[in-house]
Amino acid sequence: MKYQSQQVARLYFLGALTIFCLQLVFGLTAATMYIWPTAIPTTLLPFSVARMIHTNALIVWLLMGFFGATYFLIPDEAERELYSPFLAKLQFWVFFGAAVVTVVGYLFGNYDGRSYLEQPIYIKVGIVVVALMFLFNVSMTVLKGRRTAISGILLMGLWGIAVFFLFAFYVPANIVIDKMFWWWVVHLWVEGVWELVMASILAYLMIKLTGVDREVVEKWLYVIVGTALFSGILGTGHHYYWIGTPAYWQWVGNIFSSLEPLPFFAMVLFCFGMVYKGGRDHPNKAALLWSLGCAVMAFFGAGVWGFLHTLSFVNYYTHGTQMTAAHGHLAFYGAYAMVNLAMITYATPLLAGREPYNQLLNMISFWTMNLGVVLMTVCLTFAGVLQTHLERVQGNDYMSVQQQLGLFYDGRLLGGVMTAVGLALYLTSLLWLPRRAAVPAAALSPAE
Amino acid sequence: MNDVLTKAAARNIFYGGTIFFFAIFILLVADSFREARLIEVTNPITAQVAAGKRVWERHACFDCHTLFGEGARFAPELGKVWLKYGGATDPDTARQALKGWFAAQPTGVEDRHQMPNFHLSDKDMDDVIAMLAWASRVNTQGWPPHAPK
Repeated sequence: MKYQSQQVARLYFLGALTIFCLQLVFGLTAATMYIWPTAIPTTLLPFSVARMIHTNALIVWLLMGFFGATYFLIPDEAERELYSPFLAKLQFWVFFGAAVVTVVGYLFGNYDGRSYLEQPIYIKVGIVVVALMFLFNVSMTVLKGRRTAISGILLMGLWGIAVFFLFAFYVPANIVIDKMFWWWVVHLWVEGVWELVMASILAYLMIKLTGVDREVVEKWLYVIVGTALFSGILGTGHHYYWIGTPAYWQWVGNIFSSLEPLPFFAMVLFCFGMVYKGGRDHPNKAALLWSLGCAVMAFFGAGVWGFLHTLSFVNYYTHGTQMTAAHGHLAFYGAYAMVNLAMITYATPLLAGREPYNQLLNMISFWTMNLGVVLMTVCLTFAGVLQTHLERVQGNDYMSVQQQLGLFYDGRLLGGVMTAVGLALYLTSLLWLPRRAAVPAAALSPAE
Repeated sequence: MNDVLTKAAARNIFYGGTIFFFAIFILLVADSFREARLIEVTNPITAQVAAGKRVWERHACFDCHTLFGEGARFAPELGKVWLKYGGATDPDTARQALKGWFAAQPTGVEDRHQMPNFHLSDKDMDDVIAMLAWASRVNTQGWPPHAPK
């Protein structure tokens, strides 16, 4: 770690992991409600509130991780200190404070909006303020320093996140129009600009971990983000099939969203290719495992599981079933949770000024967490297929079908518990510092 | 790949392509926006429908239910619930039945997903029902399968 101001990333990583824990607590609670619906009185905690905390916490911790990753890699890329480390710390506390206020508010019924955007209006304004503080700080750092393709794509992604969030303020009374532009936040985030952030973080990690030449990595980066946006922007069409929009979206969605697995496939080729080519024996094996795992799991979660139900004549039956939940879990985890966990695994020893430590435990947490999420995904996929058949093909009513899915909801909860165990192991591996470094400090050569 | 594609070429393709596809997207969305406004001619958004949508949002109904397939999957899809209750032929009975349903929650029946009692005022109930009736008249390209007519 060359620049002192990279230290602000620590705060963000700790905050992100804290909120990740909160996400899992409410995820497990909601999964329990599927199995024992009367266990928790609705006056205490309705399912809706558990779900809203689960999904909002997911997004907030991922964003917080992206902020931390950006603060860690931007000084390195720009070859200068952050424009304002103070502003970065202030931004963290405003953001973290807003998150706490929001969650407590949710528990007391203070929410209003649309799915994922349930935050009261003053919190939404606060999010914009946080985004402006962040973008100003990061953009100034890049403008005054070295400009690279990685920082350029990363900045484009981050600005895109802020710009598309503005559609959260547009809530027309016409439900069809409301839904169309709700997707400008949701789809253009996770199947658009977030992929830019993910790809640039992975590219940075590949340069560091494999030692492959920057020119090669950055050319790949452009190819990956190109395929991401060329398929992803018009791929929005797969959300416009059944919401009251014209039928031509079935053509647009079928063609372009079928291509959405491409960038993820390219990321798999890229990461494995770089490792094969690079030949650097980087001591942080766990970070490399998370990076490669991220590319693979994102390909399956976002690519394969997305493709499973993206074609309009399939989606006609699967739309709004547990298939969506299966895809959502594996895609968010593979693409965005894992890229954060990879970055945190890479950065934490450097921020602490230590050799990579507890590598074995970290890798055990990798496999535990992955198995947990895969189990959840498989169970939800079975539930989704069965629900599609019983409800959408045969025409049985919703609740009678739900009562036949119990086994899969049990399995999903078990997968959730495994994920939580994996997270506990991960936290232990990072937070529990061994007394002395296992390898002499000379091995800690800065990589580029 | 070295000979086929230089980094500068890859960059130019990326920026040019992004602008191109985003422009097409905006044109299509603009057309769909126009179409969506036309819905309001035959299926007007009254003050009651608009207020009903606000009730839906204030109580985060979508965090259990889906509407046009979007939302959470803990509770049934509601896009055509108005038709399921016979609202197209006998709106008064349908309205009373839905109000009775709201009032009966939570049922407390074992193994059934529980809906909270939101203690909606009579006006809130009328509003949200008007919103659901509006939604049931939107052309969703024949979705969902087996929807009541």
